[in-house]
Amino acid sequence: MIPHMDLPVVTEGPPEINWWLLAPLLTLFAAGVLGVLFEAFVPARRRRRLQIGLAALALLAAFVLLVLQIGTLPEGQAGVTVAAGVLAVDRTVIFFQGTITVLALISLLLIAENRDGRDAFAAQAATVPGSEEERAHILAGSQHTEVYPLVMFAVLGMLMFPASNDFLTMFIALEVMSLPLYLLCGLARRRRLFSQEAAVKYFLLGAFSSAFFLFGIALVYGYAGSVNFGTIRAAVEAGGAEIFQGEGGDGEPLLLMGIGLVAIGLLFKVGAVPFHNWKPDVYQGAPTPITALMASCTLVAAFGALLRVFFVPFGTSAASWEPMLWAVAVLTMVAAAVIAVTQRDIKRLLAYSSVVHAGFILTAVVANSTDGLAGAMFYLAAYGFTTLGAFAVVTLVRTKDGGQELGDLERWAGLGRRSPALAGALALFLLAFAGIPLTSGFIGKFAVFEAAVAAGATPLVVVGVLSSAVTAFFYVRIIVVMFFRDPEGDGPTVVRAGAATGGVITIGVAATLLLGLYPGPVLDHLLPSSETGPEPVAVMVDQASTDTDG
Amino acid sequence: MIPWLTIAIALPVIGAAVIWALPRVKTSQAAAPAEASAGAAATAGAAAATATRAPAATAAGAAGSPAGTAKRVALGFSVLTLVVLAAMALRFDTSAAGGLQFEEVYPWIPRFGVHFALGVDGIALTLILMSAVLVPLVILAAWNENEDREDGGRGYFALILVLEAMMIGVFAATDVFLFYVFFEAMLIPVYFMIGRYGRGEDRAKAAVKFLLYSLAGGLIMLVAVIGVYVIGGTFLWTDLVGEGSALAAVDPGTARWLFLGFFIAFAIKAPMWPVHTWLPSAAGASRPGTAVLLVGVLDKVGTYGMLRYCLELFPSAVSWFVWPVVALSLVSIVYGAILAIGQSDMMRLVAYTSVSHFGFITLGIFALTPQAQAGAALYMVNHGFATGALFLVVGFLVARRGSSLIEDYGGVQKVAPKLAGVFLVAGLAGLALPGLAPFVSEFLVFVGVYAFHPAPAVIAASGVVLAALYILWMYQRTMTGETPARLSGLRDLSGREMWAVAPLLALIIAFGLYPQPLLNVINPAVERTVEVGTADTAGAGADGASEEGGEE
Repeated sequence: MIPHMDLPVVTEGPPEINWWLLAPLLTLFAAGVLGVLFEAFVPARRRRRLQIGLAALALLAAFVLLVLQIGTLPEGQAGVTVAAGVLAVDRTVIFFQGTITVLALISLLLIAENRDGRDAFAAQAATVPGSEEERAHILAGSQHTEVYPLVMFAVLGMLMFPASNDFLTMFIALEVMSLPLYLLCGLARRRRLFSQEAAVKYFLLGAFSSAFFLFGIALVYGYAGSVNFGTIRAAVEAGGAEIFQGEGGDGEPLLLMGIGLVAIGLLFKVGAVPFHNWKPDVYQGAPTPITALMASCTLVAAFGALLRVFFVPFGTSAASWEPMLWAVAVLTMVAAAVIAVTQRDIKRLLAYSSVVHAGFILTAVVANSTDGLAGAMFYLAAYGFTTLGAFAVVTLVRTKDGGQELGDLERWAGLGRRSPALAGALALFLLAFAGIPLTSGFIGKFAVFEAAVAAGATPLVVVGVLSSAVTAFFYVRIIVVMFFRDPEGDGPTVVRAGAATGGVITIGVAATLLLGLYPGPVLDHLLPSSETGPEPVAVMVDQASTDTDG
Repeated sequence: MIPWLTIAIALPVIGAAVIWALPRVKTSQAAAPAEASAGAAATAGAAAATATRAPAATAAGAAGSPAGTAKRVALGFSVLTLVVLAAMALRFDTSAAGGLQFEEVYPWIPRFGVHFALGVDGIALTLILMSAVLVPLVILAAWNENEDREDGGRGYFALILVLEAMMIGVFAATDVFLFYVFFEAMLIPVYFMIGRYGRGEDRAKAAVKFLLYSLAGGLIMLVAVIGVYVIGGTFLWTDLVGEGSALAAVDPGTARWLFLGFFIAFAIKAPMWPVHTWLPSAAGASRPGTAVLLVGVLDKVGTYGMLRYCLELFPSAVSWFVWPVVALSLVSIVYGAILAIGQSDMMRLVAYTSVSHFGFITLGIFALTPQAQAGAALYMVNHGFATGALFLVVGFLVARRGSSLIEDYGGVQKVAPKLAGVFLVAGLAGLALPGLAPFVSEFLVFVGVYAFHPAPAVIAASGVVLAALYILWMYQRTMTGETPARLSGLRDLSGREMWAVAPLLALIIAFGLYPQPLLNVINPAVERTVEVGTADTAGAGADGASEEGGEE
């Protein structure tokens, strides 16, 4: 017997679309498309400036639009859904989007940085590494300006990801975000084979996780009869879609499997153990500016989506997913911290560090409260700025000939003497990662742990602090190498920071200190407060698709 | 109203910023020697020194060089801070020393109810003054210690000032969150002071060990701090203590866990056996000035925290911990003393004596009698002076011979009588000779502990005997006997060095003969903390957990 399901509602006219609330997304989309057109029609030597200008302008415009949007959200209401309920616009979403835009803008500085006409990307990615053809392209000074439209598309996906109000939109956002990133990963100028390997790994594993995600969506659809978050939430509360009511049978297994598989897709993106294996390889192989983009923006977007999925559609079945997230959080915090101790490469180490931080943020998800949501939001923003700064420093420390980045930490000895300002900045970032007070990392850690303890997850927090102590070991070790050890031979070469990279480091230092010393304004005005309601869903809008534009 | 404490915290920070902002290289002066020294550096194999850094190193010793200015700035600001604090102390109302004075409360992070809240009671005031006295002396003693560094010790002096601000802050904080911030943040300057400006090959290792131990303790405390906030609803210490607070109503089981969370951090800091192992290596790898601040002040944060936070925040949990802590204290006393005897390095030896002395302090705190706690609080101050003096004198020896090994010295008395005399006085203060300040505090602890229970007092007394052994034996081996030929040219104390150590000796003798001013300030504060403990022990005595509690 074919189960009876509600047919999609056939609307009279086309759905009303609130262009104003879509404007930031459309801006980036337009910039991406325009960028592609530039590639086709503008002569090569003029492209670079044009592309950078366009990208920066688009990101700036998107940010301004997002800020203006806050004022137009209805008073006393969390937010609204737009475009027939596929996207949600509320203060939480705008915070995530704003953070992503700002972080992307800063990453763009790193991406655009070039020295002697060379940036971090391969002259011509289609050539075989080491071939004559490659040499020719390098000598001719070819550049991949396609990078910029690709970044625009990736950021577009990142903005959509945490704003999605149904699973299909979320899946599309996931792909829009990921595909350009797969490509960008393979474009490194140096160690190209390594970079290409990273791209292939990322692509294959990413494709797998997308498949899991999609399968999960299908199962959830089977259970709830809809992909819309509002409808799913209602269905979960009612114990399943109509077909499961009465004699319909038990839909619980479908839901459980659905949640599990969807979670795999999302946890892969945030890089939680045991779905973290791509991170070190990809972070190491990708061009460092792209790694910075992924470590900051992608993480924010992925966590934004994860928080939304667990708090909105699955918010009422917390009992079924909390144990799973407990296990994942503990595994992530413990395993990643222990593995990180053995790392010798700075980028791999930062990758594992990012995994550990994902574990810390997961404790806030487990808290399942508005405070947890706010804590995670603050943590992500603070971490984003700090990690951008850290990767900016990585781009400057080179091997002796000044060409390749110097990954091997042991050879960073004496950096503190060679360039005290640079090493000092990195030390500050590392201390922020370790959660030392007076840095943003401490406030973030406090915020997520406080939420978790308040929600009764104290054992998780104890694991968290113990893992923090382990992570402190390897952050501190880098400081030891930089400051306390004499350089072997000539020590590392530090290329002079251009205005862009220097700017990124300065912004990172400023944000790390400011959010650590005076976080009040951000915590009070930008983050949801538990006064709205103890349940995070109080600040996350989730109308069903039928009532458009509330 | 003048915000005394804020000024006292801000001054050293400003001083550090000024040092930071000093021009790195004086171009006018350094222009000429730049090329010469760059060449010299290259031939000397100092590959690390780039052409721009080299002049800083060579010019460091010269008067008017950046590093020379840095020293003066550091000394100036630390003296200024001391003056401000002394002026504040004169306005301190001793009749109300049990309560907080000079209170300042400004909201800091409203979302978490965090305030920048400062205030001092008698105990905090004496500890703050002690720190403020030690810092200028340490700067004076370290005047020429860092000439071999490429920055001439500029960074070192800046770090000392940053550390001073945090030391004042940690004692003055009346907001648990703020206390935690200072408690953790002060690790960083010390970490660099040991790791970058320390002595010996193992300094990086020692610095890491110090940092990780402290950080691990601090992170465990973080859970307890969060717990306090979640249960108590506020971080303000004044709102958390007392009968009416939400924290007082917490069930004893939870209170015990929270107590333990705080206690582990403080025990590591204190340092208490068995988590003391970082101290000897850290002290051994430190410059003597660093060691003074590390052992003299930083470790006091542990014992101060036990008194202020463990006892007063969780009165219901105290009785449960009394005997375990007393036992650990006794082990610390005896074990620290025995290991001190066996040391061949004077820095490590003094560090181990401190483990023993800190045993006395924790013993006094947890005996929960008025005399014992007053003795413990007084001991914290006296130990800072006595051990500070001892470390400084060892530092003078190290500055002369570059070694802190006992076997490298002998018969110093003959060539440097002043040095030997100062060494002897400082050492006798360390073993609590009557007439010197530590005696008063140790005596009070004994009296108080005996009232609590005779057994621990008897065991602790063995620590005094051992103290005589390790101090006098060290003195005998280094200062008396034949002077080896290599030491015949040993300089006696210079004027600067006398100025660095004389104030400490004066204080030790003055407070040894007339400790009343300190006790006047400490006693009322201690009465408050004892009330907490005894009220509770009386209750526990009824439970049969402690038979002695009811007797006093």
